[in-house]
Amino acid sequence: MSTSRLINGVEVASHYRDAEHQYLSNKEGIWLFMVTEILMFGGLFVGYIIFHTIYPEMFAEGASYLDWHLGFINTLVLIGSSLTMALGFYYNQIAQPKKATYALIATVLCGAVFMVIKYFEYMHKFHLGIFPGMMLDAAKMAEHGHPVVHSNLGLYFGFYFCMSGLHGLHVLIGMGLISWLTYRNIRGDFNPKYYTPIEGVGIFWHIVDLIWIFLFPLLYLVG
Amino acid sequence: MSHDQQHHHSGATHHEEHHITPLSTYLKVAAALFALTFLTIIAHIFKTHYLAVAPLIAFTIAAIKAFLVMAWFMHLKYEPQTNRLIFACGFLGLAVLFGVCAMDIFTRIYQGSVL
Repeated sequence: MSTSRLINGVEVASHYRDAEHQYLSNKEGIWLFMVTEILMFGGLFVGYIIFHTIYPEMFAEGASYLDWHLGFINTLVLIGSSLTMALGFYYNQIAQPKKATYALIATVLCGAVFMVIKYFEYMHKFHLGIFPGMMLDAAKMAEHGHPVVHSNLGLYFGFYFCMSGLHGLHVLIGMGLISWLTYRNIRGDFNPKYYTPIEGVGIFWHIVDLIWIFLFPLLYLVG
Repeated sequence: MSHDQQHHHSGATHHEEHHITPLSTYLKVAAALFALTFLTIIAHIFKTHYLAVAPLIAFTIAAIKAFLVMAWFMHLKYEPQTNRLIFACGFLGLAVLFGVCAMDIFTRIYQGSVL
């Protein structure tokens, strides 16, 4: 299979000089991936800002359907999960894998809390007939006592569902990756000499938090 | 603390090269992030007094929070210069995207388009 060899207790693939070379190359790859994340979400942010400038009243109408209390709780949950993720990394660096496992499990649970809150937010909107773009059900909204003022309100919710949905997808993928890390950590794969996957997934999880830090004021507060 | 740029190819002391952020630093950063989130909400509640600058305040606080996350949680403070440059390129690309789009959209001359 692979032609890796053991150097100083660390599995090093054949195309790397040593463990440090492998570590630095892997991390550079993670940062390149982070650039694509910034550009992907950045495109949506740019679109949102431009259309917000063109239709400020319509965006204000859309934002009035969002409850900042839920966004606020979710912000606190994500910051907490970022801390536990950092601790999962830290405890492996100082050779306390058991504490690291608890920290990683706490991170997955925080992600789950975030998704549950998101689920209730989405379900409430679907109940009112709020869907993205052309799927927005104006008749159903009027039925629930929320007549549509701006006919192109669906555009706002197109942005809302795409941005928060793509972010939610990242939270789900992050939860999956951290569960995998937890399994590997319990198996004893990580130690102070080797923790690259935890650091890589950690950086991914922190960027999910970073994006939410901007999404929260953009969607819930500024509107 | 300066990052040790020298790599020992003998493979003897690798585990001592990577920076370990103390637990107290992580806790302080998290505390600052929680505090800034509460500050965002306080600013939001009183925003009727300064509506014009409310978005500016919200995004300034968000930028400070983003800096804290990037510097300490993502360890950019201790990353090699190359990785910081790579990540900065993402934001540079974003600035170009925004600049060009904004120039295009907001310099268009209205010609009766229904869009």
